[in-house]
Amino acid sequence: MAPSRDVAIVAFAQSDHRRRTDELSEVEMVMPVLHEVLRRTGLKTADIGFTCSGSSDYLAGRAFSFTMALDGVGAWPPISESHVETDGAWALYEAWVKLLTGESDTALVYSYGKASPGSVRDVLSRQLDPYYLAPLWPDSVALAALQAQALIDAGDTTEAELAAIAARSRDAATTNPHAQLPGARPHGDHVVAPLRTGDCPPIGDGAAAVVLAAGDKARELCERPAWIRGMDHRVEAHALGVRDLTDSPSTRLAARRAGAFDRPVDTAELHAPFTSQEVVLRKALDLDDSVRVNPSGGALAANPVMAAGLIRLGEAAARVHRGESDRALAHATSGPCLQQNLVAVLEGESHVR
Amino acid sequence: MSGKEPVAVVGIGQTKHVAARRDVSLAGLVREAARRALDDAALDWADIDAVVIGKAPDFFEGVMMPELYLADALGAVGKPMLRVHTAGSVGGSTALVAAQLVAARVHGTVLTLAFEKQSESNAMWGLSLPIPFQQPLLAGAGGFFAPHVRAYMRRTGAPDTVGSLVAYKDRRNALKNPYAHLHEHDITLAKVQASPMLWDPIRYSETCPSSDGACAMVLTDRAGAARAPHPPAWLHGGAMRSEPTLFAGKDFVSPQAGKDCAADVYRQAGITDPRREVDAVEMYVPFSWYEPMWLENLGFADEGEGWKLTESGVTELDGDLPVNPSGGVLSTNPIGASGMIRFAEAALQVRGQAGEHQVEGARRALGHAYGGGAQFFSMWLVGAEPPTT
Repeated sequence: MAPSRDVAIVAFAQSDHRRRTDELSEVEMVMPVLHEVLRRTGLKTADIGFTCSGSSDYLAGRAFSFTMALDGVGAWPPISESHVETDGAWALYEAWVKLLTGESDTALVYSYGKASPGSVRDVLSRQLDPYYLAPLWPDSVALAALQAQALIDAGDTTEAELAAIAARSRDAATTNPHAQLPGARPHGDHVVAPLRTGDCPPIGDGAAAVVLAAGDKARELCERPAWIRGMDHRVEAHALGVRDLTDSPSTRLAARRAGAFDRPVDTAELHAPFTSQEVVLRKALDLDDSVRVNPSGGALAANPVMAAGLIRLGEAAARVHRGESDRALAHATSGPCLQQNLVAVLEGESHVR
Repeated sequence: MSGKEPVAVVGIGQTKHVAARRDVSLAGLVREAARRALDDAALDWADIDAVVIGKAPDFFEGVMMPELYLADALGAVGKPMLRVHTAGSVGGSTALVAAQLVAARVHGTVLTLAFEKQSESNAMWGLSLPIPFQQPLLAGAGGFFAPHVRAYMRRTGAPDTVGSLVAYKDRRNALKNPYAHLHEHDITLAKVQASPMLWDPIRYSETCPSSDGACAMVLTDRAGAARAPHPPAWLHGGAMRSEPTLFAGKDFVSPQAGKDCAADVYRQAGITDPRREVDAVEMYVPFSWYEPMWLENLGFADEGEGWKLTESGVTELDGDLPVNPSGGVLSTNPIGASGMIRFAEAALQVRGQAGEHQVEGARRALGHAYGGGAQFFSMWLVGAEPPTT
């Protein structure tokens, strides 16, 4: 179903993603990114109709962590604002719906994550069923390894193919000045078999922001807006034992609802923190070799948790802005082994003005 | 099609709020409220297009992003599920996000739910942030809000007893609400006034309890409302506003974000004189004195006059502006759900389904929630008739 209103991503900014940012608070990490994304549009905080952010208290280690980050926005006079406790891609979704109602013409969306203060592998295990699974502390790499092994057992991939995905991603990241892991590096030993160091995302801190605008406002703010032709998200069952980990029906359904299969895309930014998850997503999305997958390097090159999904939407949009893509797919994920997935289709107008 | 789709509340469900629901898991708790909302709407899980869920900090139950684990219990598998977190206002914000999915015609029928199972931890200390995030001066939300209550008293010259009147009223109203947590059958004004001082000037009986509970609503479009077995509540206006926690010149007694939020809601609903045009108010009063403070902030009384409405009985169940007929947050407080309970109770009033705490002839009611350092506000105004614009 086509959206009831034309809404576009008109600007994107992100931090340089780094292993540690001990010297920065969340506000200090977010603020330069917010300033940059607003500068690109010439808008001020007071011009923005709606603001929405995504983050997690479990990364910050304190309740209501997002309340302090609001200081980076400068919410005075008071602003119309909301927050999702998940990846910023879902904050973008909430803001998009707000613009579809016609109540606002512009929205600022941001998200951030500092994974460095804690052990993110263990922290993410707190997302699991608190009665049956979380007490066993299965960490995020171990769960991804189960998925990878299921793919190998099903004949969907090999360790060599996974290594090639890692190499391609980090090679692509050499042209991404914000990437944490640009360029070739040793694939390393098994972290949890069959996943090796190179198959896993870097741990790090970072932030991202986009500006959305509707109709003529979008054309006014951006030379070539990245129009959101469709966006949808779906969740799967939580228990890994009842899911086919080699497939992602929620991604496929979200893509269909977003209109991704109506015409081929030329670019796809996939939120696949592990190499094996790119295999699952390519299958669910019917992506062949004609599609440029993760030209930014993807989450394998920089994975600030809670921002990495929003960055996929931002990277895809930036390619449309620069005229390097006419129709791009952006994907974000949340939860263990791709439990929840969001797909957006972004297009530039056929003629570059 | 142009313009927004009208949004109707056709199903409401709550759990019986108590100090500890040891008989159910988190999943069991939320499913109970959701099932009751579906039953009220005469719908089943398959009729729901999307689920929007809210709760306050994940640390309260020790589960990070619990919506992932709750997807199955809420029938969300294969559907969109969105998690909202805007501090204490979250229950209200969650309902508004769900309403927007209908208003934008993205979905026809949406289940929205908010919960907190506070017995899984200690909410008071969960709200007391450790060093280095905060100076070690505060114990719980009461420690944060007590100075602002004192500032209100000093500013308005309100007599010391006003807070106890609010608590006495709300606890008696709760006796008429079967879902309320506190049912203090032997409550007297003297007992409220003799209860121990916790955070001066806030006494023990003037504070909210810590509850386990969930609240759910089914929101739908015009076609869905036409199929509903019971009268719907119609959304006439809804808004959120935020301001920073601390800044020079912030008015903690009557925050600008609250005033702006109310003004936006009244504008959408075509209300020019809220005191005359609103029949019932469910406002977020976690500490008794916030009733007179919010009466002013929401435009029901002039500045400095709110306490006079309380003192003269205007806000009693049989007064001409009943406030918190359900017993309010002072009688029931599963934090993440408290805002949605306000929104749902406002809807119950205009549907004529509030039972013993029904306000006679209520046609328009306001639901209000706030959170953080009196900085996040969400409100909706619902009516018995569909919106005309």
